Amino acid sequence: MSKREGDGSPRKRKTDVQDRDMNTNLSSPVLAAFKVFQQELDTKHDKYERLVKLSRDITIESKRTIFLLHRVTSVPDVEEVLVESDAKLDGVRQKIGQIAEELRGEDLNQFHRAFTAGIQEFVEALSFQHFIRHRTLISLEEINAKLVFMREDKKDHKDSAEGLSMGAAVLTFHVTPTDYLLGVADLTGELMRMCISSVGNGDMDTPFQVSQFLRQIHDGFSYIGNTGPYEVSKKLHTLRQSLAKVEDACYTLRVRGSEIPKHMLADVFSSRAVLIEPDEGVA
Amino acid sequence: MSVTEMFSNIQGFLTADQDIREDIRKVVQVLEQTAREILTVLQSVHQPTGFKDIPSKCEKARDLFCTVKLHIADIKTKFPPEQYYRFHEHWRFVLQRLVFLAAFVVYLESDALVTREEVVQFLGIEVTREKGFHLDVEDYLAGVLILSSELSRLAVNSVTLGDYNRPLRISNFINELDSGFRLLNLKNDPLRKRYDGLKYDVKKIEEVVYDLSIRGLAREPEAGREK
Repeated sequence: MSKREGDGSPRKRKTDVQDRDMNTNLSSPVLAAFKVFQQELDTKHDKYERLVKLSRDITIESKRTIFLLHRVTSVPDVEEVLVESDAKLDGVRQKIGQIAEELRGEDLNQFHRAFTAGIQEFVEALSFQHFIRHRTLISLEEINAKLVFMREDKKDHKDSAEGLSMGAAVLTFHVTPTDYLLGVADLTGELMRMCISSVGNGDMDTPFQVSQFLRQIHDGFSYIGNTGPYEVSKKLHTLRQSLAKVEDACYTLRVRGSEIPKHMLADVFSSRAVLIEPDEGVA
Repeated sequence: MSVTEMFSNIQGFLTADQDIREDIRKVVQVLEQTAREILTVLQSVHQPTGFKDIPSKCEKARDLFCTVKLHIADIKTKFPPEQYYRFHEHWRFVLQRLVFLAAFVVYLESDALVTREEVVQFLGIEVTREKGFHLDVEDYLAGVLILSSELSRLAVNSVTLGDYNRPLRISNFINELDSGFRLLNLKNDPLRKRYDGLKYDVKKIEEVVYDLSIRGLAREPEAGREK
């Protein structure tokens, strides 16, 4: 029984590959065919890995943007935070452009699992920023409109009189409705946090706005119910908890808000055991 | 656009998606039925009556593949061709089985490994993704691995049925297959797990060949010899 199963360390693997390739009797049609399969599989796996790396970068940068955006409840200059977040999100957009580049000519569903996490995180960050600015929910169309990339088409040198448009290629990336839903579901967790922390700063308006907004989103998800993919149904549970916390917070503000000095409001909420787990709502 | 409108649109999308999947599922069910019929025909070669009658079993299987082509042509109509991988999971299993069945037919007829090009002719589909409904290389490989299990069983049963030559030919075939698979860099995915089963098939066939050799029951395998 051979021990060379190819599941050893990477270094051992390299010699294995060289040995294998040298000893291959390519006159056998079966082995020649498998050599082709090797190349096809390697190409596909390499692309998948590149997409995974991009997705990870996107996730990290999007999460950092979200942390940054939370500071709007506690800093005097909200606009500064928003401008900085614009820059960060633009960086993420560029990475998505690279994903679109990799997917050029491919069926994106074949590689979807590689980058779905990053895209969801991006949707979460972008929609969070949008809510802070506009107090509305960014639509899927608005998100996809931002994911249009101009690329110089270097292959085609058509010297035409029409100008640059002949040489440029337009690359688009489409966020799927499912990824959008999942990103928005995660957004609700962040909104809940923002609501609670804004109370602690004496902001009496934001909690009610967030509550109203969250309720609309929750109703939307309830409407979809179980007809969506399984992951959506799972997040519905966390969403209900977030909504309950926010509604409780509003209730407390309404009932007791006038009694308590603003600087003590935060304590009131923690004493009511409104526990916020660190990674709530994040898959 | 309000939140309600947004979700309403998405609901529309999800419902449409569900409908397509339901349509696909129905055809796949019928396709699976035909695949089972082909399997029934081919599995009979493990028994005395079928074993003597391999050519006609192969012919009958090929006839049934015509029906398979019709079903697959039907599936193609259910969705836009560029969204193959969006719905791929629905037919992946049955497609792998069909690859195995085609490979089994070709093996029984000619002792050879069916090529991807030959399989797609059985099924009436394409080899490359760009041309339309195609055979993914991993589905092809999975089907081939199912064949190896079937052949290890056939090796055992041929001896029982008195054919001491076939196991040697199967042994050569499987060993070459094994060499081929060793060229691949597989990830830790279902294909890799299936491939892990190949070594047990190899072992089982080696044991059969060993049992025959030490008893002097087997001659040297000659290509194309049928007994």
